[in-house]
Amino acid sequence: MEAKTRSKVLNWLDERLQVRVALSFLARKAVPMHRHSIWYYFGGMALFLFSVQVVTGILLLLYYAPTAEAAFESVQFIVTEVRFGWLIRSIHSWAANLMVAMVFVHMLSVLLLKAYRKPREMTWVTGVLLFFLTLGFGFSGSLLPWNTLAFFATKVGTGLVNTVPVVGHHLLVIQRGGEDVTGATLKRFFGLHVAVLPILTLAVLLLHLLLIQFQGMSVPPSVQDQEDRMKKMPFFPNFLLRDALGWLGAFGLVVGLAVFFPRELGVKADPFAPAPAGIRPEWYFLFMFQTLKLAPSHILFLEGEMVVFLLFGLCGLGLILVPFLDARSRRGERSPLFTALSILMILYIVTMTLVGHLVKPA
Amino acid sequence: MNRLIMSVLILLCSAGSTLGEKKDTCVDCHQTLNKSHAATVKGMEQDVHARYGLSCADCHGGDPTDEDMMVSMDPRRGYLGVPTGEQIPEFCGRCHADAAYIRRFKPRQRVDQLELYWTSVHGQRHRKGDRKVAQCVSCHGVHGILPGSDPRSPVYPANIPRTCARCHSDAGLMAGYGIPTNQFDKYQGSVHGRALLERGVRGAPACHDCHGNHGAAPPGVRSVSNICGQCHPANRELLGQSPHEKPFEEMGLAGCKTCHRHHDIQHPTDSLLGTEKGSVCISCHKSGSGGYRAAVDMRGAIEGLKAKRDAAERLIVRAEQAGMEMSQAKFDLNEVGNFLTRARTSVHAFSPPKTEEVVKQGEALADTTIQKGEHALAELQARRRGFAGFLVILLAAGVGLFLKIKDVDRREGV
Repeated sequence: MEAKTRSKVLNWLDERLQVRVALSFLARKAVPMHRHSIWYYFGGMALFLFSVQVVTGILLLLYYAPTAEAAFESVQFIVTEVRFGWLIRSIHSWAANLMVAMVFVHMLSVLLLKAYRKPREMTWVTGVLLFFLTLGFGFSGSLLPWNTLAFFATKVGTGLVNTVPVVGHHLLVIQRGGEDVTGATLKRFFGLHVAVLPILTLAVLLLHLLLIQFQGMSVPPSVQDQEDRMKKMPFFPNFLLRDALGWLGAFGLVVGLAVFFPRELGVKADPFAPAPAGIRPEWYFLFMFQTLKLAPSHILFLEGEMVVFLLFGLCGLGLILVPFLDARSRRGERSPLFTALSILMILYIVTMTLVGHLVKPA
Repeated sequence: MNRLIMSVLILLCSAGSTLGEKKDTCVDCHQTLNKSHAATVKGMEQDVHARYGLSCADCHGGDPTDEDMMVSMDPRRGYLGVPTGEQIPEFCGRCHADAAYIRRFKPRQRVDQLELYWTSVHGQRHRKGDRKVAQCVSCHGVHGILPGSDPRSPVYPANIPRTCARCHSDAGLMAGYGIPTNQFDKYQGSVHGRALLERGVRGAPACHDCHGNHGAAPPGVRSVSNICGQCHPANRELLGQSPHEKPFEEMGLAGCKTCHRHHDIQHPTDSLLGTEKGSVCISCHKSGSGGYRAAVDMRGAIEGLKAKRDAAERLIVRAEQAGMEMSQAKFDLNEVGNFLTRARTSVHAFSPPKTEEVVKQGEALADTTIQKGEHALAELQARRRGFAGFLVILLAAGVGLFLKIKDVDRREGV
């Protein structure tokens, strides 16, 4: 009886949506099993945390007021008066941090395993774009509670574009909606956070996922010679169930963090107050912040901050173009230079983040 | 030819500079004289009078345009010479008591200094021929006088105690007057002195805030409360309505000073009130008297409010450290602190019911704050219990998934 009903529903859906095509695709989809397979799970984990962000973000939107006068109070209302508001806000905040961490791990694992090589160049490009969009979510979202630390961190962060030659000041005004960080900046960041970035992310994410489905999982060069005799795991349901187990663990971790370490709300931003000591950006921007702090005031005849900012811009562009720059990987050869560069980059990010975290602010 | 042109140019330039400046032979001549004369000229470079364009002759008279000393310093040309100590107050007062003249330079500048000076102890003794007492230059200096707003000036608020102490801490100078010389030492250790001299609080009172400056005199017994009341008006008002006002007057006791002392006044603590060792009440009120009981009651009420405030604070700190949002409770706690301050102020009415009335309001708010703290901690426990339940469900789901994975792996032969 049950099988009959299921078949009827499937037939009904297939006649209209051709779901059997998708199902037969899923049934054929397999994941290669080798000693690096663990890294396949991080993309799914980032995707799961993104879904948590979407759901909790929508719930927060029910009460959040995006004005300089009411933003802080509305978040205060959420965490003190709204039933489970404290939990939703803390989950949103912790899941955001975990999502950034997962995106970092996923991207760096793909980089080291050379999964960007032909024919997956566009998968890599869309992935790096998603990484930038994730950082954009973090940057725009941190201002929304309109507390002192976020306010001044945004002031510093948005002020950096001013160092860009010719268009710097225009970019600064566009970002802030004026010369200074004000309620206009908050509205822009809110719009960016809840409308612009989600639409862009969904579009790029859809492309990223479609490309993965079309091209299948990449096998790292170090085990590629064993690909023919490599065991494969059906994606559905075996791999997906493992994914779900990981998601369950991540969800438990996020809820645990939210319960035991709820995110502080801080003090309402006062644009006329002096910047408090120890202003620091979120941990995922710390390596850039620390580099800027260590940069000399002038490098040759250029401003130090401008040089560092432009260098990071170039690095970002270089990251997008990795598949096109790494010719040896493209030809299927070993590429020790790019492996060394990737390790250097990881070491630099980790070291600077730790230094930025451990050095006591002046 | 070139040399000739150059000489003409130099001559023209120097002539130009000479013509452009007002001639002052006092400066030119005194600069070349001995060290003390030259120092006079040097000091005038920073003098407040010089800044307003006044020169030697504006005070000392004479004709600074004539290079002949006998002419420029001729009394017939208005030369007054160096004023004696006796002449100084009137000498300065020629301008400083002249409203029309002062208005030309600084319309808001007061012109009653001389008038006040004659009312001061210094001025009165000066009139009687005592030349040891302070007059204008004793405090303000001479030839290099700085405005009182300049931190280098001896009459800048933070420098006033040391300026007064130059004479008033000098035992030899004060010997004939029969007044103590330890005021500065006492003041330095007082709550006011530490605020002004150590912490640089410019609003903290210095000698002149209580004694007056140009009209300096020791305040009379009946004025003490008014003087303290300049900065502590609420306390003054309450004391004026209190049962202490009349007996203090009758006994010749100087208001605030009776309990708080004066030059060595300390930050008041609750231990001043009550009947324990160190309290000031028991120095007059004997055990069993109405005043003694009132002291016990007022101290008890304040201690009660303090205990509740501390209990609320402990709860709020605990809840906040556990990550609870406590900003409203902290705001209330701050308000409880304000009630405590008001209760402490109210003791100057020396009326237990008045203190208890304020304490009651404070305690009511403290109780609400305690409830908020308790509620937050209870909520925290509920969250943790809820998480434990959630964890059980999560683990069950995890175990179920794990078993399902094993099952499908077995079926698929993975």
